[in-house]
Amino acid sequence: MDIIFLTFILVLSVFLGFELISKVPATLHTPLMSGANAISGITLAGAFLAAGATTNDMASWLGGAAVAFATINVVGGYLVTDRMLGMFKSKRGK
Amino acid sequence: MDIEIYTNLAYIVAAALFIFGLKMLGSPATARRGNAYSSMAMLIAVVAGLIGSQAVSYEVIIAGIIIGALIGTLSARLVAMTNMPELVALFNGSGGASSLLVGWATLYYFEADVVPTFTAATIVLAILIGGLTFTGSLIAYGKLSERINSAAFVFSGQRILNSALLVAIVVCAYLFCIEPSATSVYLYALLGLALLLGVMAVIPIGGADMPVVISLLNSYSGIAACAAGFAVGNNILIVAGALVGASGMILTNIMCKAMNRSLANVLFSGFGAAKTAKAVEGEVKPISVEDAYYILEAASNVCFVPGYGMAVAQAQHVVKELGKILEANGCEVSYAIHPVAGRMPGHMNVLLAEADVPYEQLVEMDDINPRIGNVDVAIVIGANDVVNPSAREDSDSPIYGMPIINVDQARTVFVLKRSMASGFSGVDNPLFFGENTRMLFGDAKESISGVIGEFG
Repeated sequence: MDIIFLTFILVLSVFLGFELISKVPATLHTPLMSGANAISGITLAGAFLAAGATTNDMASWLGGAAVAFATINVVGGYLVTDRMLGMFKSKRGK
Repeated sequence: MDIEIYTNLAYIVAAALFIFGLKMLGSPATARRGNAYSSMAMLIAVVAGLIGSQAVSYEVIIAGIIIGALIGTLSARLVAMTNMPELVALFNGSGGASSLLVGWATLYYFEADVVPTFTAATIVLAILIGGLTFTGSLIAYGKLSERINSAAFVFSGQRILNSALLVAIVVCAYLFCIEPSATSVYLYALLGLALLLGVMAVIPIGGADMPVVISLLNSYSGIAACAAGFAVGNNILIVAGALVGASGMILTNIMCKAMNRSLANVLFSGFGAAKTAKAVEGEVKPISVEDAYYILEAASNVCFVPGYGMAVAQAQHVVKELGKILEANGCEVSYAIHPVAGRMPGHMNVLLAEADVPYEQLVEMDDINPRIGNVDVAIVIGANDVVNPSAREDSDSPIYGMPIINVDQARTVFVLKRSMASGFSGVDNPLFFGENTRMLFGDAKESISGVIGEFG
């Protein structure tokens, strides 16, 4: 049941993703990619399980490294996307 | 399990905010707020994940977060906009590495218990896709930054070696899934093979095809997160991973279409080996900065067409300055951007936005082409293949069929070029010999500054 449930979520998310992203204009494709980088840092939520919840040394080292890599994505991704999007200005804004 | 219910409720809120954030990326006016929503979603998901993990020791987690946040902040603050493709490549890689590690670490969760086959299979996927994304992205980074030769690296027996690699991966994956454990020798074999696969997958792809490769790796980093989500049974990983995966797929598709090539063609064959185009002959008509000024001064509709060369010459600021002067002179100014101009999707748009060009003036290929006949002067800066009329006319050309910006149909074309070398694809460009084409030789930045000086 769990597998079916998770697959169900996957399928719906993929369709939703295609709908949403195909509406992003070409002008914003670079920020879209760096924003996607940030979102893929979501593995952070999974990395906590590995890093903190076991007493096995090897597992917590692997988990710690996973936390570090994922945090690079989250922090770096959102900051650089914000920096880029801040540059896009409208004619009327000036 | 009360805590699990709260965690999952928080994940629902996070998923909704992620979706809202992406929706707001549909327009430059709302995009920045959308990114803020998305980051809020991430904060909620991460805090919920941390509480839900019921961690017993926080030292490793805190150390990981501090190191990651430091590296992330520094790279985001310090990167020059010209180098965005390299940064995105590295971020793709770190996303892949993180999924690989999460998949691997999950094995230790089952210490004495038997790992269910389905979980074992998803762990294999997380390791394979994550590992492939990690090393593939490092190679892509090396090629983009030209730390390693950006040309396609092809050797005899490459296909046989790659096929053998794939067979080995399938065999090891099967053997691992029969008896999954953290100490399985096949686990280590899979780790090594996945990392090798990433290298082998990207070395045969040339520098000009990098927009496709980073889009694809972007997608893989999402799919790897999805696989890791299945391995740990976490639904927010699956939702967010699927969104990223879909995003990368769409961009990959757009890039392939813009080059009129199939994904298989980009991934598996070196470029331009098969056909030889007609040699182009004719007379090139150079123009001086002064004459360029007289033509521009009289023009009422000017369109800039930038390519990667503009980024290299760092000419975006002088381009914008010239655009402003022309506008003050009563001229309509636009910037036409081909989907594969630059080294990643949307790269030119970011550079021009950085130089303060309002986004209303950034137009897509399909918008400019129908009205290109009304353009008095099209100024091509550091672009070559994306304005090459052979793509339309010469069926023997390797780039035949690729959609281009039809600058040759504008009343006058200025091509800013250092010398007469051909583009990335090594194809001759008949545009340079066109009746209405004038070549402005020299460094793009200096040439444009020269024209600005004439207006002064």
